[in-house]
Amino acid sequence: MTPNESVGGAAAPAPVAGEAGDGVRLSAIAKRFGAVVALGGVSLDVPPGTCVGLVGHNGAGKSTLMNVLAGTLTADEGTIAIGGDDVTAGYAIARARERGVRCIFQELSLCPNLTVAENARIEHPSLTGLSWRTEAGRLIRAKLDEIFPGHGISPGAVVADLSIARRQMVEIARAFSQTATPVRLVILDEPTSSLDQTIARQLLDHIRRFVDGGGSAVFISHLLGEVLDISDRVVVMKDGLVVADEPAAHFDRDGLVAAMGSVGGHAAAASTQSRRDTGAPKVAIDARGGGARLTAHPGEIVGLAGLAGHGQTDTLLDVFARAGRTKGAAIVDGRVAFVAGDRQTDGAFPLWSIAENIGIGSLHALKQGRFISEAKEGELAERWRERIGIRAPSVWNPLLSLSGGNQQKALFARALASDADIILMDDPMRGVDVGTKQEVYKIIREEAEKGRTFLWYTTEMDELLICDHIYVFRERAIVADLTRSELTEEAVIQASFRQDA
Amino acid sequence: MSRPMLARLLRSALPALSLAILLGAIFYLQPRTMSYFGLNLLLNLAVPIALATLAQMCVLTVNDLDLSIGSYVSLTACITATWLNDTPILGVAALLACILAYGAVGALVHLRNLPSIVVTLGLSFVWLGLAILILPTPGGKAPGWIRELMTLKPAYVPFPVIACVVIALVVHVVLMRSPYGAVLRGAGGNPRAVARAGWSLLRVKVTMYMAAGTFGALAGIALVGLTTSADANIALRYTLLSIAGAILGGSEFVGGRVSPIGAVIGAVTLTLAASFLSFLRLNPDFQIGAQGAILILVLALRAVIGRTEADR
Repeated sequence: MTPNESVGGAAAPAPVAGEAGDGVRLSAIAKRFGAVVALGGVSLDVPPGTCVGLVGHNGAGKSTLMNVLAGTLTADEGTIAIGGDDVTAGYAIARARERGVRCIFQELSLCPNLTVAENARIEHPSLTGLSWRTEAGRLIRAKLDEIFPGHGISPGAVVADLSIARRQMVEIARAFSQTATPVRLVILDEPTSSLDQTIARQLLDHIRRFVDGGGSAVFISHLLGEVLDISDRVVVMKDGLVVADEPAAHFDRDGLVAAMGSVGGHAAAASTQSRRDTGAPKVAIDARGGGARLTAHPGEIVGLAGLAGHGQTDTLLDVFARAGRTKGAAIVDGRVAFVAGDRQTDGAFPLWSIAENIGIGSLHALKQGRFISEAKEGELAERWRERIGIRAPSVWNPLLSLSGGNQQKALFARALASDADIILMDDPMRGVDVGTKQEVYKIIREEAEKGRTFLWYTTEMDELLICDHIYVFRERAIVADLTRSELTEEAVIQASFRQDA
Repeated sequence: MSRPMLARLLRSALPALSLAILLGAIFYLQPRTMSYFGLNLLLNLAVPIALATLAQMCVLTVNDLDLSIGSYVSLTACITATWLNDTPILGVAALLACILAYGAVGALVHLRNLPSIVVTLGLSFVWLGLAILILPTPGGKAPGWIRELMTLKPAYVPFPVIACVVIALVVHVVLMRSPYGAVLRGAGGNPRAVARAGWSLLRVKVTMYMAAGTFGALAGIALVGLTTSADANIALRYTLLSIAGAILGGSEFVGGRVSPIGAVIGAVTLTLAASFLSFLRLNPDFQIGAQGAILILVLALRAVIGRTEADR
């Protein structure tokens, strides 16, 4: 990424003070999470009466940017101006709402234990007084009627009883409904993912009406057709920067895809010869949503790509559940170890030492008589500490004394030290520093050479380049089956975004 | 009516239904209880238990559990029987301090992200210790006005019945019908959503813990009004009774699903279950076990209904 690529396209309005008028303007927003730069100085301008489409691949920074705008995250640098006033100082959720910024987040943010009307009240503090329930019910029903005619949702229904699509409809209606403060800007983060075509159309029409009436909207979707259809301007983000900002008419689907990937493209490194033809597959399984069949052969590193949350982890879990059983159509031939992506919840034993955290994957090998031999455990851990380069004075130190990257290395060591011949990796390198990544990549390669099979779900393009074979997931199905030589960032992005949308 | 709605209706009717069945069985076994005096005797002790159960329910609303409510009620009972009787101003101040302390516990649990079970388990010993300091040996005396209130004999309807209904309705209106009540329960259902809508979760937690402290203090006062004196161990069993009562009444440990009316009914049911077993002339050694069996039966029924609700 060269700096001049990050400067918006020619069509971006010139930043003339005063001309911003009533719009929402983010300038040079930067946000870091530890060593990871999520946003590297992003400017976004949403004037009244515009819908801005925001697209980008995983980790491009879209959600972080929207969280900054909604006030749920505080930017490290940069300014936020709404309606011509600089509101940066002390900008938080309450301030954002005061200024009429509303958000429909990707994950549902309704309270399932409350009724539809009560959920409307949570969003509208001004609904008080004796008849607040009736008022809240009337408010949400009117909005639902306006956006989704024939919705069939009663304001008295408990949210837990509604289908996912209806919950999404309630959330949308709630964000657009207005009480004390006018709605100025609505952020829609993948609002159509759980809606069917007709309902999605109703929503898009409503957004159009809202925008034509002087409101602003930011629309995020992986359905590029929708984005092009609804937006006046499209902003493309990549690696925490804006790489394109132009009127929607200047783009077509392929143009957007090209803008999301790095245009030059990495020529896939001269690949080692495919291991496809060496004997029977170790793993053969279908994704839950169908599509092509995932197969992995001995010594292969197989990448699972696509947008986050499109069924990759589920497939890894299915492989894990079927380990050693050739039951039904799925084949999983061998012992399996899992490297979790979410270290805190799925991987680490925080109160244990490094050695215990590594040894738990190989308890049988560590037995002496009926008990675990501490000496053997220490020996195993020591071996892997050297091999994978865990920076700790002693393997008996607590795991939490390590940095995040080194903790993740310990979890890799746990899987690699075990006798498993299939290693599943659930995007384990998320948020790990580059040096650590390189060390782990090297070891993965070495282990693959020795005949181990890796199934690697990753959201990073660079990691896919290490893989021998890549399957792209979309909506829980495998939609593309790419060999190493066919792999380009563009091919992955093409497959990740729906063709017909 | 759709299936989930039917299941929900059944579930909310279950506490009332089990109470009706139990009451019917008692009337059948001992027809003399079907009188003003009989009901008064049967239900007298239900009032403090109902208050303690509501205290527990307040904490359950925000996905926490209070293991200290029993010793807290003991402490407030001891304060009532001593300071509130001898030097009312000191007594009132001490009770208010107790409620504020509860609010502080809520703030601590929220700000430090501590497990409420651990914090309240530890605090239960603190409350108990304070109770022993205030009243080292059983004794004290209930203030006259509380004694009079708890032994009121209104016409037609016995006092405990009126008290239970009034308490249940007041809490129902505040928690289930008021605008801020929706926020309080929402904080149990989806705290992130409530925070994102601009509400302070700290304020919600402190509010609910202080409400629990208030109900706990009222339970202690009511208990002393009935027993006329106190001791430091007087209400220790309330901890488990209040959890059982709240759950029996349809509340859940997580998710902000609570029911104040159900909680009061649950508390009354538990009180009656004890009497029912004595009327059965069951060996007292088995009574606690039998009480547990009744509890398991009702909860099993609820689980069955819950399952039909889940696989819709």
